[in-house]
Amino acid sequence: MRMVVKESAIDFMGHRQRTWIFSAVIIVIALLAILIRGLNLGVDFTGGYTIQAAYETAPDLNVVRSSLADAGFAEAVVQNFGSSTEVLIRMAPQPDASSVQVSNEVEAALQPSSDGTISMERVEFVGPQVGEELREKGGMAVLLALVGIVIYVWFRFEKKFSVGSVFALVHDVIITVGIFALFQVEFDLTILAAILAVIGYSLNDTIVVFDRIRENFRSMRSGTPAEIMNASINQTLSRTLITSFTTILVLLSLFIFGGSIIHGFALALLIGVFVGTYSSIYIASTAVLAMGITKEDMMPVEKEGADLESTP
Amino acid sequence: MTNTNPLWKVLLLAGALIIGILFALPNVFGNDPAVQVSPSDGPLTQSLVTTVKNALTNAGITDVEYREEGDRLLALFPDTDEQLRGRDAIREVTDAGVTNVALHLVSASPAWLRSFAEPMYLGLDLRGGVHFLMDVDMDAALATSEQRYVSDWKRVVRGERIRGTNIQYRDGEIVARFRSAEDRDRMLANFSRNTPELFFTPRDEGEFFYVDATLTEAAEREERTGALQQNIVTLRNRINELGVAEPVIQQQGTDRIVVQLPGVQDPAKARDILGATATLEYRLVYGGETDWASADQGGPIPTDARLYQRRGSGAPILLQRDVIVTGDQIKGASAGIDQQSGGPAVFVQLDSAGARNMLEVTQDNVGNPMAVVYIEKKKFTNLVDGVEVDETGDIEEVISVATINDVLSHRFQTTGLSAQEAADISLLLRSGALKAPIQIVEERTVGPNLGKANIRQGFMAAVIGLAIVVVFMAIYYRMFGVIAGAALVINVVLIIAVLSAPGLQATLTLPGIAGIVLTTGMAVDANVLIFERIREELRAGRSVQVAINAGYEKAFVTIADANITTLIAAVVLFSMGTGSIKGFAITLCIGILTSMFTAIFGSRVIVNALFGNRRLTTLPI
Repeated sequence: MRMVVKESAIDFMGHRQRTWIFSAVIIVIALLAILIRGLNLGVDFTGGYTIQAAYETAPDLNVVRSSLADAGFAEAVVQNFGSSTEVLIRMAPQPDASSVQVSNEVEAALQPSSDGTISMERVEFVGPQVGEELREKGGMAVLLALVGIVIYVWFRFEKKFSVGSVFALVHDVIITVGIFALFQVEFDLTILAAILAVIGYSLNDTIVVFDRIRENFRSMRSGTPAEIMNASINQTLSRTLITSFTTILVLLSLFIFGGSIIHGFALALLIGVFVGTYSSIYIASTAVLAMGITKEDMMPVEKEGADLESTP
Repeated sequence: MTNTNPLWKVLLLAGALIIGILFALPNVFGNDPAVQVSPSDGPLTQSLVTTVKNALTNAGITDVEYREEGDRLLALFPDTDEQLRGRDAIREVTDAGVTNVALHLVSASPAWLRSFAEPMYLGLDLRGGVHFLMDVDMDAALATSEQRYVSDWKRVVRGERIRGTNIQYRDGEIVARFRSAEDRDRMLANFSRNTPELFFTPRDEGEFFYVDATLTEAAEREERTGALQQNIVTLRNRINELGVAEPVIQQQGTDRIVVQLPGVQDPAKARDILGATATLEYRLVYGGETDWASADQGGPIPTDARLYQRRGSGAPILLQRDVIVTGDQIKGASAGIDQQSGGPAVFVQLDSAGARNMLEVTQDNVGNPMAVVYIEKKKFTNLVDGVEVDETGDIEEVISVATINDVLSHRFQTTGLSAQEAADISLLLRSGALKAPIQIVEERTVGPNLGKANIRQGFMAAVIGLAIVVVFMAIYYRMFGVIAGAALVINVVLIIAVLSAPGLQATLTLPGIAGIVLTTGMAVDANVLIFERIREELRAGRSVQVAINAGYEKAFVTIADANITTLIAAVVLFSMGTGSIKGFAITLCIGILTSMFTAIFGSRVIVNALFGNRRLTTLPI
């Protein structure tokens, strides 16, 4: 198992038309999913209740629904959560009752649907106004993270790289969010945190490739920008794949063993790491190339490349 | 060339490892359920310690570890069932007003370790507990305090024998109407001399002369901070009554309060007590049965009176508009049994202002009936034509009417409540009224079982994830992979040590555990970068020692660049996040920083020690 990718020589730049069309199609599908199906926003963003109740024996969900309806919560969404004895109830904010009243009433309403005792494992209530604030804050955070990263990459590399990396990040975010919209997986605060982590991770990948491109632009005497980029991606390919692989391994562990609450979070990261790996190989660099990067853009500010050459 | 370690590098790594292990160690011992006993004021006395110990021994609870720390006594129990039994036994022998008895979770480490290191602080999602975000209704607080001037002014006007005035609170203003300009001007001078915190606007309209008054901006600001602070004090008192150790009660923004109650066994009770605005009010009864009936049937209600309903029967009754004593003038209250009727009663104790009023009023009204009003404020949001409208509704019921037999002052009793209500309302009165109504705008409650399950599952995911990565690295990079695995394990130890470090106050949450898991996956990246680079250098025909050196040197800039961008995302996440998300951002940040240390510096020291000073032609990489 010495070397999985042994000095690969894949023509990434030559394939760029195909991969761009592929990405464009996926992005269009993702955007359509977001626009048409919309995100299945969790109570964090819409306001409302999430109540998790543990039964001793698996209850009949229809009985749970009807007893909730009898108590005046007809619109409550009831489903199993993790196991058949755990029930998750979601509902909109109740206009004429406090959260205290509602959770007490729900608890009372659930009793008849069980043979034994019921314990209220989790009650989450987010008022409509707080939901709105969290929505705004969340969108703001994603924007802030992107802006901060653009500035850093611009400062450390060059404008075209900065644009290229943000291009790849937006690509990753749209696709990840699109998948959540397409399959109507609940999108809550932890998913948003995962998206921000994906931004960090995907960029991490992209930076490694960019770093090598910069180094090669300075050290390789011959070759077109496309050739230099191909060489750089090939040189870092095995690292990119191995790191993504170990990250996906731990995320799978989190997804499988981490419990139901963390499922969505792990899922978002899994999708994000997958897409992020793809984009740093196929999208970020080709975007930089498309913007017409030249050797002059990469001339060393300090004599870094020359120093590396003369290392004994 | 050779790659040797200067001594300081070896010492630094060893030192970091030892300190890391020491600070991470308390987490291995974990926490024990405990009951914390502390006097409300003053130091812990030996007699209290003996009382507690005897109470537990008498209750048959013998497997207890006692710790005296400062002014508190801790009793540690083997499990939560014993803890609850223990608490009940201690409560029986101590006085609720004098001694605080609270459930607690304390470090189970031996004393030498406890003296400098504590286990990680577990978030509510791991420990179980309640998080509330409360909105303080400032407008209501301002209205209440401005309304108070109405009765003050009335008293002054009456004292000055000015006739035909009308003073009321309308649309956020205190409005006084006079018949003549002289009266108005005289009173205006009087008011502005005595109440500099008000801003006055005289105006003439038709045949009347008015003074409108509102709080000045500065006074209003003061009133707002005062209301918020008062609410925080009240909530803290209530939480102490509930028996919660280590509660968090903090102001957030200008008009919100965050309350976190870790390990609360009965979240429903906590919700009820914290959100409760129930209070009592004392008023004189107005008129007689016939007046009440006619007012109830739509007849005119005298301007000095208000229409109420009796609790239970719903029968109408008129009470004086002026209040004798309001709830916030009650400074002490306890529930008990009324000697005469044998029913539940609340024994009330008034502050000096309340007592003075009560004295004055009862002196003049012996033989007249006085009513006790039970008030509960409820604030809710209604949808009116799709627009959210906040509405405040008050439940006001007359719980008892009794003839004033004697002059009352500081202490007296009130009946007409159920035993549970008497206990609850005396708790509420004792801890002070909420200056402004609060509304819970966010609540997150996690039961203790779910908390335990979250820890178990999070721990399992972390251990399995770590094991898989270590095994993979060992297979793929052989001896170097083993070194990377060692660096990874050290990294996790350091993350836990930093999280446990005293003074940092970081909280571990479920997303926080996910952050550690994610870091273990990403932290090997630095080693992967280095090792790939070393392989490349070897392929390029460099000698072993040169390849090692170049691998570490060249990869460094890349690793730093890549990590800083992740750090930017994590910092943004931290600054915008709420509770559990912050936990994720924190472990991610700490993980990135410690992984730079272990993956670059730590692994280098080990690699140098194992291979750096040898003549090798190949490397196990």
